[in-house]
Amino acid sequence: MKTYQLRVNGEAKSATVDPSTPLLWVLREGLALTGTKYGCGIGACGACTVHLDGVATRSCLVPVALVGDRAITTIEGIGKDAVGAAVQGAWVETDVVQCGYCQSGQIMTAVALLKSNRDPSDAEVEQSMGGNLCRCGTYVRIRAAVRAAARSR
Amino acid sequence: MRPFRAAGGMSRRSFLRTSTAAAGGLLVALYLEPSGRAGGPGAPPDAFVRIAPDGSVVIVVNRIEVGQGIHTALPMILADELDADWSAVTAELAPVADVYKDPMLGMQMVGGSTSTADSFTQYRELGAKTRAMLVTTAATRWGVGPGRCRTEKSVVYGPGGRSATYGELAADAARQPVPDRVPLKSPSEFRLIGTGVRRLDGRAKCNGSQKFGLDLALPGMKTALIARPPVFGGKVRSFDARSARAIDGVKDIFEVPLVSGRGVAVVADGFWPAKVARDRLALDWDVTGVEHADTDALRAAYKDKAKRTATVALALGDATAIDNPTIVAEYEFPFLAHAPMEPLNAVVRFDGDRAEAWIGSMAGTADQAAIAQVLGLPPAKVTCHIEFAGGGFGRRGPLDCHLVREAAAIAKQLPGTPVKLVWTREDDIKGGYYRPMFVHRVQIAAGPDGKPSAWKHVIVGQSFMKDTGLPFEPYLVKDGVDSLVVEGTVNNPYAIPNIHVSTDQTKVNVPVLSWRSIGYTHNTFVVETMIDELAARAKIDPIAYRLGLFKPDAKRFISSMKLLRDNTAWRTSLGAGHGFGVACGMYNGTAIACAVDVSIEDGRPRIHRATAALDCGLAVNPLTIEAQVHSGFVFGLTQIVAGGAITIKDGIVQQRNLDSFAPPYMAETPVAIDVHIVPSGEAPTGMGETPVPVISPAVVNALAAVTGKRYRTLPLVKL
Repeated sequence: MKTYQLRVNGEAKSATVDPSTPLLWVLREGLALTGTKYGCGIGACGACTVHLDGVATRSCLVPVALVGDRAITTIEGIGKDAVGAAVQGAWVETDVVQCGYCQSGQIMTAVALLKSNRDPSDAEVEQSMGGNLCRCGTYVRIRAAVRAAARSR
Repeated sequence: MRPFRAAGGMSRRSFLRTSTAAAGGLLVALYLEPSGRAGGPGAPPDAFVRIAPDGSVVIVVNRIEVGQGIHTALPMILADELDADWSAVTAELAPVADVYKDPMLGMQMVGGSTSTADSFTQYRELGAKTRAMLVTTAATRWGVGPGRCRTEKSVVYGPGGRSATYGELAADAARQPVPDRVPLKSPSEFRLIGTGVRRLDGRAKCNGSQKFGLDLALPGMKTALIARPPVFGGKVRSFDARSARAIDGVKDIFEVPLVSGRGVAVVADGFWPAKVARDRLALDWDVTGVEHADTDALRAAYKDKAKRTATVALALGDATAIDNPTIVAEYEFPFLAHAPMEPLNAVVRFDGDRAEAWIGSMAGTADQAAIAQVLGLPPAKVTCHIEFAGGGFGRRGPLDCHLVREAAAIAKQLPGTPVKLVWTREDDIKGGYYRPMFVHRVQIAAGPDGKPSAWKHVIVGQSFMKDTGLPFEPYLVKDGVDSLVVEGTVNNPYAIPNIHVSTDQTKVNVPVLSWRSIGYTHNTFVVETMIDELAARAKIDPIAYRLGLFKPDAKRFISSMKLLRDNTAWRTSLGAGHGFGVACGMYNGTAIACAVDVSIEDGRPRIHRATAALDCGLAVNPLTIEAQVHSGFVFGLTQIVAGGAITIKDGIVQQRNLDSFAPPYMAETPVAIDVHIVPSGEAPTGMGETPVPVISPAVVNALAAVTGKRYRTLPLVKL
């Protein structure tokens, strides 16, 4: 066990865990930030997507020991960001969610896309969102919500 | 599952009595002790509505929210009759209790696309009765007849400009007798029903605040994982846990009974130490004495069986002797996992003489009884909270209640400790409870008009209902035929004079389960691809062919297919290399017709567009209905994407996780979907499953239009 100092959503946090523990489980069970979801544990579904220094990252694949001093942003904190708020607003307005379990990861991926590309084409949306699985099949509304969020900026 | 209806343990009359008591309880519970009565042992207050002095309205939903939107639809229905201010309405999920049983099915559950259909009248009456009590209270205060009062947005208005808010009236209204009978609105008076209302859980699911079962954290809670036998039904012969116990945070490791076989439970402070410790267990499994299923061998055996007539499900006219079949076709369908996004989990705490459980269950009543049985308690001593779940698709209602039985068996060893059992994704993919594997063989003779004159159909695969001994088995299995295996064939909508359907319901050591839309997943695929082939051979347009072949009483098939025809003008301007494909189906009363525009890109079907037309009776929330069509189409495509198969070799499941069992991602699903609803004043019917079976046959019918090939082996590995 080792203690790690982490910057999460702009706040200093510490967690004492085994160094191999994925960031996902530190967030969920160590810091009670359960908005980041466990879906597969192998980076295949995207439900655990967070931002590390703004880069969309699968938190199930990042051992806490490798996070270092990078700023961690989760779904709980992304609303403080203008793009994050726009995406969350578009998601609600478009009534995207169904079960909602994958949507934290979908939103975090969409925010990262729109931060790097103000006006993505349909093909770029599909490319960027293409690795986030949704078993409820909300993809058509996700496409629409990303477009709406891009327009609202 | 639709036929459960007949098994309903609650008569209409007894239900009305119960709900009357409930309506009374709700207001009393509200004003005296808003929350004090919940959470204790046994049934919580039988409440459906709580109105606080500030005017906020809480509506309790009698079934789990798994994404289908019932947590918004039922509150809409109640709030409409109540004339509540929708902006003041929130919803919560009911715990397991008699009062929350489905009024038609007699148990608390979600399945068979029954939720809105079964609780529509129930929630309307609850709303209307609550409204009547509020009106009576206001009228009494003002000394006027209730008939002189009207309601709007949580306010009662009386003569002379008098008004009172529901919040002001609620305390006194609680002391009113609950009326036996109240008039319900005529559809023209609906203000919410029939309008597109956004989900009540939308915001919480976009900011991370919505809690699912897996998110639950209780003081002192431990996480448990189970090492499971590599072959279904296997047992642990011996195990060495020394290395596993050395992991920080591991609390206990012990053998645990499974519904079939035995495993080893690892209990730890959290998921990660439990997983690392489980990986370190040295396990010696005994897999002798259990069948080692093998999908290659099963396929060969099923194909052989399909050549022979089996247990007869339907014999109409004489289809046994087809001398010169126009088409002889064989179909293969693999085992399929549900893979809901939230891995299975359940929390149970055993306190000796009682227990408490937190379950994302589609079968609350059954799961409560199962936990009670494992713990040796009466069901009333097991308080069960229903948690929001990350998708269900049938997987959260296993008939053997295996998940909660495992959780209870572990909790029993650790009295006083809440234990959260988690199935990792690997456990989920490898763990069985699949859509069964099937082989179909169909022989069809077509007349000179191109219509089928005789249809002979053999279906080979497992029944998950037959010989279970469950109370609803007699309603689903008749004369040896499980209706869930043959549904979609015996009740197909086409006028075929001679038809013979038989089924060989095999026994295989692979646990199987209902998978959203159950038998229709494979049966509609066969019927709709065969019909399409007949239409193509007759050189008749696929929509016109179907409209010419529907039985006259297949009214909703006809209405939805006509609506589809009227909304597919886009088919006249398909791009080069694109194909147009059609399919239709029905589930729990709702008919749907679907058309797609498909081309082939990088060797895979690219679905540029899907149009759906459906007839579901009264459309309670068109926004949710549209979402269910999106959802059903994407889910239905699970069976044609390249990664959509579970295969088994010598008893061992070959897929491990979402890398090898790969459901559809965005690019494999329709780029655009438009949904058209037949206007209707008939009672609402099911939506959750209806769209699932039609998308895959529509896509392969479109592919056939492009390539001239018929695709009868799923998943589509090669085009």
